[in-house]
Amino acid sequence: MSGSMEFLLWTKGPMFDIAIAIFAIGLLVRITEIFMLGRKKNFAEARAGEWGPGFRTMFTRTVADPGTFQRAPFNVVVGWVWHIGFLMALLLFLPHIALIESLTGLSWPALPNPVISLVTSVTLVALIATLVHRMTHPVKRRISTVEDYLVWAVVFAVVLTGWLAYYRLVNPYPLVLGMHILSAEIMLILLPFTKLTHIFTTFIARWYNGAAFGRKGVQS
Amino acid sequence: MSELTLERGLAAFRAEVDGPVAAFFSSCVHCGICAQACPFYLETGDAKYTPILKLEPLRRVWENDFTLWGKIKGLFGLNHKVTDEMLAEWEELLYDSCSMCGRCSMVCPVGNDLALMIRKSREGMVQAGHAPEGLIAASVRAIQTGSPMGLQWKTLAVQIQHVQTSSGLEVPVDKEGAEYLVLLSSMEIINFPEYLEAITKIFDHAGVTWTLSTQCFEATNAGIQIGNKDIAAQLVERVVAAAEKLKVPKVISPECGHAFTAIRWEGPNLIGRPYPFRVFHIIEVLDELRAAGRIKTEGMETDRLSMHDPCNLARKSGVIQQQRNLMNLVAENFVELKEHGKFQWCCGAGGGVSSNERAEPLKMAAFKRKKAQIEEVNPERMVTMCATCRTQLEEGLEEFNMEIPVVGLTEMIAEHLVEKN
Repeated sequence: MSGSMEFLLWTKGPMFDIAIAIFAIGLLVRITEIFMLGRKKNFAEARAGEWGPGFRTMFTRTVADPGTFQRAPFNVVVGWVWHIGFLMALLLFLPHIALIESLTGLSWPALPNPVISLVTSVTLVALIATLVHRMTHPVKRRISTVEDYLVWAVVFAVVLTGWLAYYRLVNPYPLVLGMHILSAEIMLILLPFTKLTHIFTTFIARWYNGAAFGRKGVQS
Repeated sequence: MSELTLERGLAAFRAEVDGPVAAFFSSCVHCGICAQACPFYLETGDAKYTPILKLEPLRRVWENDFTLWGKIKGLFGLNHKVTDEMLAEWEELLYDSCSMCGRCSMVCPVGNDLALMIRKSREGMVQAGHAPEGLIAASVRAIQTGSPMGLQWKTLAVQIQHVQTSSGLEVPVDKEGAEYLVLLSSMEIINFPEYLEAITKIFDHAGVTWTLSTQCFEATNAGIQIGNKDIAAQLVERVVAAAEKLKVPKVISPECGHAFTAIRWEGPNLIGRPYPFRVFHIIEVLDELRAAGRIKTEGMETDRLSMHDPCNLARKSGVIQQQRNLMNLVAENFVELKEHGKFQWCCGAGGGVSSNERAEPLKMAAFKRKKAQIEEVNPERMVTMCATCRTQLEEGLEEFNMEIPVVGLTEMIAEHLVEKN
């Protein structure tokens, strides 16, 4: 018991600081790299401004166009389900809100625990479905790299350990809670160096896309 | 050609990496949705034609040379380098199986503009000596003769004579101070001579002053299709010089998709300065004349017509409503293809695919997507406004024994002009 408590305290203490530092510095470098590269001046006469269409695409691209939805319904629906499930569990579970409050002073109402546990279960099933899809769909199999499977494993571990801790399915409790915190920290550390960066850069990418098309008179 | 090397290629790839490229590659999650927007993947079922995979050389250059993480990996020899063999393999993916139609750029959930990155990648491919023969030949002809098909002014002069005889109207040549300089495409001059007669009639009807230039009549830009800025800039400079010499305030790009994006969007950036004139696609000009009440038509087409939006005109240039306004002017039974406008499907021939002879089987495979769309609405004729699309539609429909004639919108408008007294 004392060993698992030490492990938990380590994940909450020094390891947490290390993870946050690597995440913050790594992400800052990544975003700086993008903005330092910038864009060349565009001399072509614009049909419209860039900012409006850019901002619109930042949001609208979250929803697939009807044709794409018809051609890839599994991809779209399962992607949506697990992203929303992950965000709900992350942001609306009481202990997570307490952690955010202790760090930032901000807080908001939580969802009841049974709801979160249901959402988490659905998320786990959806994540398994994405893995099966990745390993079986010809396109996904062809374009997948080691990184895709590594990132999947880490995200899955975060959700699974959280679910195991909630149901007290591993003893002693400090061990499973420590595993949950550690896997979340590994995710933070990997974030700036893997496709997890999209959590932040997708909004930059979408803006550039919307701006480029918008300038030519098309809302992308 | 001996100086084209992997090193030059890599330098050209590096020169194309900018903020958007870095943001795009940082965001890709390998979801594969882009494949669902690509006619070359959908109609062959071959996963190697997945758009994001086509960009792997550029992605590697970005990761290895433009990210701290990539540089650290490089120190330990853990990075994946771009090799000459790799580029040789990717030549088919970046040229034969991509028309730069931009549909993938419209559906990528993280917002990647994949078509833009294909265009950029081709700059590297040319410098590395991995561009298709057909496109190299077209580029050389364009630089040497002014036309990618080697067409000369004397051929056009003969056509001008025919048009003048048959219409009884003058085709203005080298008229200083006209409102519009009209550019043509060689494909149009050879395959669709009716276009020149159509604009001659329409402009006479609407009282528009215009001119052709003996100095430069070609609007297409082989440099953009192959991906070479030097060639592309030279071709743009010829248009600029001709327009400046004739002191025209406006230049018209013909019924050709890529010619329009080349001169309208890339041109000023290729030469590094804004133009002293404005650029329009012929369809934009016709719709402006329509809106101003300067085009008076009579009679309507009564058969069932549908329309193919050229990618370069609609999705990539925002000319979507204009062709519909013009259709409604002269067609009473116009039906839209199901996915049209900015979500239309490519005919399969654009982006240099049609100038690349060895890509013929892929070009015809990609056409099957368009064919399926056409079958869905079962029109009696198709209307379009790009000579490359039109040729591809005609060839494709014939290949599949579908008796659906294809007409150019400009000609169709010309046929309905109210006769002058």
